[in-house]
Amino acid sequence: MKNITMKYKLIPLFMAVAVLLMPVMATAASGGVHLDNAPIDISDKESLRRGAQAFGDYCYSCHAASFMRFNRIAKDLEMEEQDVRDMLIHTRGKKGEPSKIGDVMKVSMTDDYARNAFGTAVPDLSLTARARGADWVYTYLRSFYVDPYRPTGMNNTVFPDVGMPHVLWRLQGLQEPVYKKVVHGDVEVEELESFKQIQAGSLSSDEYDQFVADLVNFMVYIAEPVQMERRSLGWKVLLFLVILFGFAYALKKEYWKDVH
Amino acid sequence: MGKLIGWIDDRFPLTKMWNEHLAEYYAPKNFNFWYFFGSLALMVLVIQIISGIFLTMHYKPDAATAFASVEYIMRDVPYGWLIRYIHSTGATAFFVVVYLHMLRGLMYGSYKQPRELIWLFGMFIYLALMAEAFMGYLLPWGQMSYWGAQVIISLFSAIPVIGDDLTLWIRGDFVIGDATLNRFFALHVIALPFVLVFLVIAHIIALHEVGSNNPDGVEIKKNKDANGIPLDGIPFHPYYSVKDIVGVVVFLFFFSVIMFYFPDGGGYMLEHANFIASDPLKTPEHIAPVWYFTPFYAILRAVPDKLLGVGAMGAAIVLLFFMPWIDRCKVKSIRYRSVIYKVNLSVFVVSFVVLGWLAMQPVTGMITFMSQLFSFFYFAFFVVLYITSKNESTLPVPDRVTS
Repeated sequence: MKNITMKYKLIPLFMAVAVLLMPVMATAASGGVHLDNAPIDISDKESLRRGAQAFGDYCYSCHAASFMRFNRIAKDLEMEEQDVRDMLIHTRGKKGEPSKIGDVMKVSMTDDYARNAFGTAVPDLSLTARARGADWVYTYLRSFYVDPYRPTGMNNTVFPDVGMPHVLWRLQGLQEPVYKKVVHGDVEVEELESFKQIQAGSLSSDEYDQFVADLVNFMVYIAEPVQMERRSLGWKVLLFLVILFGFAYALKKEYWKDVH
Repeated sequence: MGKLIGWIDDRFPLTKMWNEHLAEYYAPKNFNFWYFFGSLALMVLVIQIISGIFLTMHYKPDAATAFASVEYIMRDVPYGWLIRYIHSTGATAFFVVVYLHMLRGLMYGSYKQPRELIWLFGMFIYLALMAEAFMGYLLPWGQMSYWGAQVIISLFSAIPVIGDDLTLWIRGDFVIGDATLNRFFALHVIALPFVLVFLVIAHIIALHEVGSNNPDGVEIKKNKDANGIPLDGIPFHPYYSVKDIVGVVVFLFFFSVIMFYFPDGGGYMLEHANFIASDPLKTPEHIAPVWYFTPFYAILRAVPDKLLGVGAMGAAIVLLFFMPWIDRCKVKSIRYRSVIYKVNLSVFVVSFVVLGWLAMQPVTGMITFMSQLFSFFYFAFFVVLYITSKNESTLPVPDRVTS
């Protein structure tokens, strides 16, 4: 009898496993382009500060980050508010005074102006790293290539026919794509193999990758500024629950002693 | 203290209710792992209501400001991020717990006579929960909120004659807009929670009227001692209250792991495209519903005709309501039922999971074929059950629960 019941107890167990496997089976489908793994570390404050500098110098005159406040950056990145002012505040209020440290990171470029200049409104970057993923941004910023048929003279393998000019070209230099022929079934397609540097920039290839990684790190931070706090609160809550489990389990055992 | 309670008892059945539902509610002593999920579902409901109240204090149900107000909660409201993640993780937890609770019912025949009404109330809870989750998902007003709602609401247009007018009536506009957001907010925070709480109370009252089933499917009320107390029963309080506390702590551990370390659930709980504000002019490349709706979405996509697809999707849910009458076997628990039932239920569970996965994949010929195949298995469960359960060869059921 004991053996038989044991066997039947295995069936629910089997079902539990089937149900719990659901998230494992649901691995994301990768779409199209190969993305490089962004070598970022959100706890590296030095990298985040370099990223903030890069963001202020190269992104934050067209792109806003309008959910992000300047003084939040000062607090989270352990910077003096004056340094954040010097690094990031280019905008002015109605009376011509510089934006306040408690303001959000808006830009003065209007959507109409952007449509005339680039053919599209310039997206806000507050949440881009969360919407697209860090790997996407990291690969995108390293995938501009020379294309004389585009108005900006540049195109991008990750975001074909993108409206954004390659603002980092002085740093990266210029490159062109090298394709290889790949046969899928009976269809022959061209796939990107690598990029060939055709004009050197002010940074070496490795330095440029590090520059972009810092920038992406900062973008991942502004997409969810609370993430460091979230993780540090998390383990404290988990530790509390483990201790609470000890008490709860002992209580249950004590009460259930007399149930046979 | 005793005096105060006596004073209340003269005016309100406090002690009577305490005894009927907790201290003298006799539950079978052989509850196993699967019996945690009922009390957990109740706790998640409370978590959702409380976290939802705090979100409502800062959220703006206005198409122009809704998306920004969610980011305001995430960044500027003290511990707003925690409340928001509790609520978004809670939505997933609710469905995980409810699906496991329903599977428990299927395994141990908890829907069978005399518990048909408990099952029906439960199914209405599930239906209300789906509506609640669907409307809640519109509120962050991101791209997936918008386009997911667009897809689901447009399903009603498949209904002949009144379809188009019906969708117009639901949206309150020709497209999803401010009017839709406002009414979904009203339904999400007032109407549906009311319905849910009412149904949960009905579910529990019905349960306590007939008593709980158990993994052996034995009616413990058939064997009582001299005082009329079931021999295999133990008072819910303190025995199951202290046991459920252990379940709650374990549940909260897993809940916290997800909430603090994987709050977007790899894009399945908070979809990546939902971090882009809704844009009626830009359709996302790939619209997938949140994971808890995906099995039914796969059934919808498997049928080439829109009206028939909507019908199949509806039938997939409606059939579950009729489980007490589709399953004609007298034996309740899977432990004493035939191999046919065990295989049939296993195929059903696997089909449900696989359909859920299929709906998240972009449509290809192979995906459609597999969706059709597993939709067939899903529906075959009910047909096979109806045919085989009448004269099922079962094992002898013990008189008393086994430990």
